[in-house]
Amino acid sequence: MIDDLQQLEKNALAELKKATNEDQAQAVRTKYLGRKGLLTGLLRNIAQVPDAEKHLFGKRSNEVKDILSAKIDEVLFQQSLRKKSDGLLKGKIDVTLPGRSVKFGRIHPVIQIRREICAIFASFGFSIVEGPEVELDYYNFEALNIPKDHPARDMQDTFYIEENIVLRTHTSPVQVRIMEKVQPPVRILSPGRVYRRDSDVSHTPMFHQIEGLLVDKGVSFADLKGILTAFLKKIFGMDTTLRFRPSFFPFTEPSAEVDIRCVMCKGSGCRVCGQSGWLEILGSGMVDPAVFQNVGYDSEEYTGFAFGLGLERIAMLKYGVSDIRLFFENDIRFLKQF
Amino acid sequence: MLVSLKWLKDYVNINVTAEELAEKLTMAGLEVDEIKTIRPSFSGVVAAKIISVKPHPAADKLFLCDVTDGSQTYKVVCGAQNIKAGDIVPLAKVGATIPGGHTIKSSVLRGEKSDGMLCSEAELSTGDDSSGIWQLPENLTLGASLETSLDLNDTVLDVSITPNRSDCLSIIGIAREVAAIIGEKIKNPVGRIKESIEEVSSQTSVTIIDAGLCPRYTARLITNVNVGSSPAWIKTKLESAGIRSINNVVDVTNFVMLEMGQPLHAFDFRFLEQGKIIVRKSKDDEEFTSLDGKTRKLPADTLLICDGVKPVAIGGIMGGLNSEVKDDTQIVLLESAYFNPVSIRRSARKLAMPTDASFRFERGIDPEGVVRALDRAAQLIADLSGGNIYKNCIDEYPQKVPIVKDIPLRLSRIMQLTGTEIDAKEVIEILQSIGMIVVSAGKDNYLVTPPTFRLDIKREIDLIEEVIRIYGYDRVPVRLPNVAAIEMASNPRMDLEEKIRHILIGTGYSEVVNYSFVTPEFTDYLCLPENDERRRLVRIKNPLVEDQSVMRTTMVFGLLDTMKKNNNNGSLDLKIFEMGCVFINHKTDELPEEKNMLAFLLTGATTDNLWGNKINADFYDLKGCLENIFYDFKLKKCSYRSSISEPFLHPGKSCGIYIGEFLVGYMGQVHPDVLERMDLKNNAYVLEINLDILANQVSSDISYKEISKFPAVTRDVAFLIPAEMETNNMVDIVLRQSEELLENVAIFDIYAGKGIAEGIKSLGLRFSYRSPDRTLTDVEVNSIHDKIVQKTVGLTGAKIRGE
Repeated sequence: MIDDLQQLEKNALAELKKATNEDQAQAVRTKYLGRKGLLTGLLRNIAQVPDAEKHLFGKRSNEVKDILSAKIDEVLFQQSLRKKSDGLLKGKIDVTLPGRSVKFGRIHPVIQIRREICAIFASFGFSIVEGPEVELDYYNFEALNIPKDHPARDMQDTFYIEENIVLRTHTSPVQVRIMEKVQPPVRILSPGRVYRRDSDVSHTPMFHQIEGLLVDKGVSFADLKGILTAFLKKIFGMDTTLRFRPSFFPFTEPSAEVDIRCVMCKGSGCRVCGQSGWLEILGSGMVDPAVFQNVGYDSEEYTGFAFGLGLERIAMLKYGVSDIRLFFENDIRFLKQF
Repeated sequence: MLVSLKWLKDYVNINVTAEELAEKLTMAGLEVDEIKTIRPSFSGVVAAKIISVKPHPAADKLFLCDVTDGSQTYKVVCGAQNIKAGDIVPLAKVGATIPGGHTIKSSVLRGEKSDGMLCSEAELSTGDDSSGIWQLPENLTLGASLETSLDLNDTVLDVSITPNRSDCLSIIGIAREVAAIIGEKIKNPVGRIKESIEEVSSQTSVTIIDAGLCPRYTARLITNVNVGSSPAWIKTKLESAGIRSINNVVDVTNFVMLEMGQPLHAFDFRFLEQGKIIVRKSKDDEEFTSLDGKTRKLPADTLLICDGVKPVAIGGIMGGLNSEVKDDTQIVLLESAYFNPVSIRRSARKLAMPTDASFRFERGIDPEGVVRALDRAAQLIADLSGGNIYKNCIDEYPQKVPIVKDIPLRLSRIMQLTGTEIDAKEVIEILQSIGMIVVSAGKDNYLVTPPTFRLDIKREIDLIEEVIRIYGYDRVPVRLPNVAAIEMASNPRMDLEEKIRHILIGTGYSEVVNYSFVTPEFTDYLCLPENDERRRLVRIKNPLVEDQSVMRTTMVFGLLDTMKKNNNNGSLDLKIFEMGCVFINHKTDELPEEKNMLAFLLTGATTDNLWGNKINADFYDLKGCLENIFYDFKLKKCSYRSSISEPFLHPGKSCGIYIGEFLVGYMGQVHPDVLERMDLKNNAYVLEINLDILANQVSSDISYKEISKFPAVTRDVAFLIPAEMETNNMVDIVLRQSEELLENVAIFDIYAGKGIAEGIKSLGLRFSYRSPDRTLTDVEVNSIHDKIVQKTVGLTGAKIRGE
């Protein structure tokens, strides 16, 4: 009789395994565990079991019932899960279609560079200031130690509005306007549009500049090197090599031109750097005492440095743009790339 | 400035390569833009040895030569008398080119084959000897190209000279710098002048009337001059500097200018009436024909060099055609002067005559080098043309050019400004290496006198720059400033711009940057009325092109122009914006008003046409975007008034934008006439607002209002109102009743058409009532709601739909 139980369990489990849906699994339950089921039938014959085995037979038959019942529940649960998931998959979508949204616009590449540079100098404590784009000759030139009829005026070809009114050729006049208003210490950055009478692949009659000025006690050329080195490494990467070389700007002395190792050829010489291996990035220098005198600062007590750079040039180098005019053609296919 | 290394080596020993020298000059502030190699104007010419010379069987004056280049023997027919077997000579092989652009070909001369040509110095332009074949040194390697084995190539550095360094506008000036940088001594040309017995003052005189413009004028007279072509050594040097050879007199003046930096001029003395020089300013409307053959009316106060009667040169700029040195000139008056830099610069600019001379004079020349250059040039002219120099020079020097002496220099100040510890010994050595005289003036203090050619050195700071320049910027330490923290100023408008930028790019707009200058015709394109402020244009006096000759007074034209360019490229769907200034000219001679504006333009589809529906943008897309900005800035009192319009906008689809009572801008569809005028095919919507005004209206106040725990009760009403009535009027009338429990009124439907009479529209409003402290009953809500609806109907004459 015990053997019959064993056989019944084996048969039931085998049938269950073949059940592929809920109904078949339920049929197994009815067939074996139902009121008229095979297990119930076996139990009905308990009287025929010898007394010595009765206890064991009862125990085993309960075990078989529990095992079968649990197995059937398990199979039914799995089948219900599969059924739900099959139902969901009928509504499967194509995930490779593009998403639906308002597609972002882009910030103009030169303005992106401006934001990046302003953020770096803000972290050094520089405030952003502005001044007029149509400027007095005095602020654009004379106060910056560039008298009328001075050859240094040749360095910037100027658009004139009136004899004494120009389109500013650099954002440096802003530093004079600020220094006239506030006493040192001064730490300012003036970004903006500037204008020069020039037009070719590397010049547009309007472009953007950022000018920086730091005036305080004990500021030296070593500090200028420090700030500008830190700045250029942030913009072009920590492994950027740079050099400071003597130059001339009427409003700074000593003056320095700052070059970085060519970002294209890494110094071996290419078309971008004119085979020199270096790229001119910015002009800088210690503020000339004559400028301090024009704004009433005591140049014995205070020293400072100024620097200026063209944003289009930085954008051209960073993004590999070879024609500066593209920045002002505003072709949406160009703008969308930044 | 073009600097030939060969020429430079006449004055200083250079033991580094051209590349190293260029690097050193650049790092000392004389930036080398380019290193060029100049080759002789021939190629394919080699050193060859003559094996035999035999007479030509058919021609008396020709010889048949066998020559070898070491590996091959060539038969060459030659007409020169000075050759014999064993000579080393230049052989231009078949295929070689010689000056004048001739290419050597294999030829037959009177029946004899000739495979090449033996050359004279003159034929190769390496010298002046044309009398025979060039006899080369015996030790030359046969077959080696002549330019290499004789070192005929030259290297030219293109040095960019900053405006302060007028002293470097000469080969000797560059040589002085090179000597200081590489630690060599400068070798100045030795000038001993051989004069005749006759005194120059017996022949001519110089009178300076305007000493302010001409502080010093010196002259020499050279007679028995034989004008001819210059020797090759001068020609080569002039060519290396990009100057064309003219004749031996003019070439010498150019040569000495390039060598010493002093511009000179040579007059044909026979054309100087009364044989004298008078230096004066131009008179009104004086005319003059200069060497370039052009006749110009001279501006007032132009410095003129005159003879006893008429002008013969524009001082410091260009000589006159009337006194030019010609082939038959015999007596030359040579001028070397110091002219006022400002005056020369003004005149050269007014006359648009920038010359090599004016370039140097306006930057300043060495006032003490005037006579040295005069003597050098006089002697060279005499040497090259066989002339005799009259005794003594005329040196009129009525106004002493100020010379700077004894500039105080403190070691402590060098340290303070450069942040670099340089010891006294090195400072003194540096200054002395560039010709300064340094005298001690107490502990760590010095008095420094610069050489007279260093016009840029006047102050202590100028000396400090020299010290640090030669010391080397690369030796200055790199450190961050040790400065106190300071409060950073804020700029509300710029902060605003940043926020707008973020909102707009998030809404799909891309930023453009247009030129601030536009065509003056934009006012007509935009149909601006005569009295419109935006016709007050700021005009550029010297624009590059007429299309960029006035400053913009509105941003809209630039955006429409950008739209046009993009449409032409096939980009029809555009959402673009720009921020920048417009310029209004209120008063001449004063700076214009600069207004900071934001403008955007929308055209084509609102969404990218990927796989959904394409919907064309309209007014409400534009307005929605602006509302987002206002929402972000917490601007509550904004309103849109259709009564305000712009001439370039569609009169029925545009409005003025108000914040409180301030008109901040406008928006709307671009007028069809403007589109047509600008040749635009698609509708466009534009908006322009003044950011300066906006920035003053922005509030940053946020105060939290308790959220009611009690439910809202809503009531919907459809009002029938005249079609032209603006929705906002209705909403205003409702809201103006200031009913406390009315929380919100929303528009849920607008309908006109079937079932509604013509000229009438149905406006569905959803009224939402709520109390912060209790649940409202139907009875309560109904009584308030009915009151509001009645009153609204009463005030507007609207009907309730369905009643």
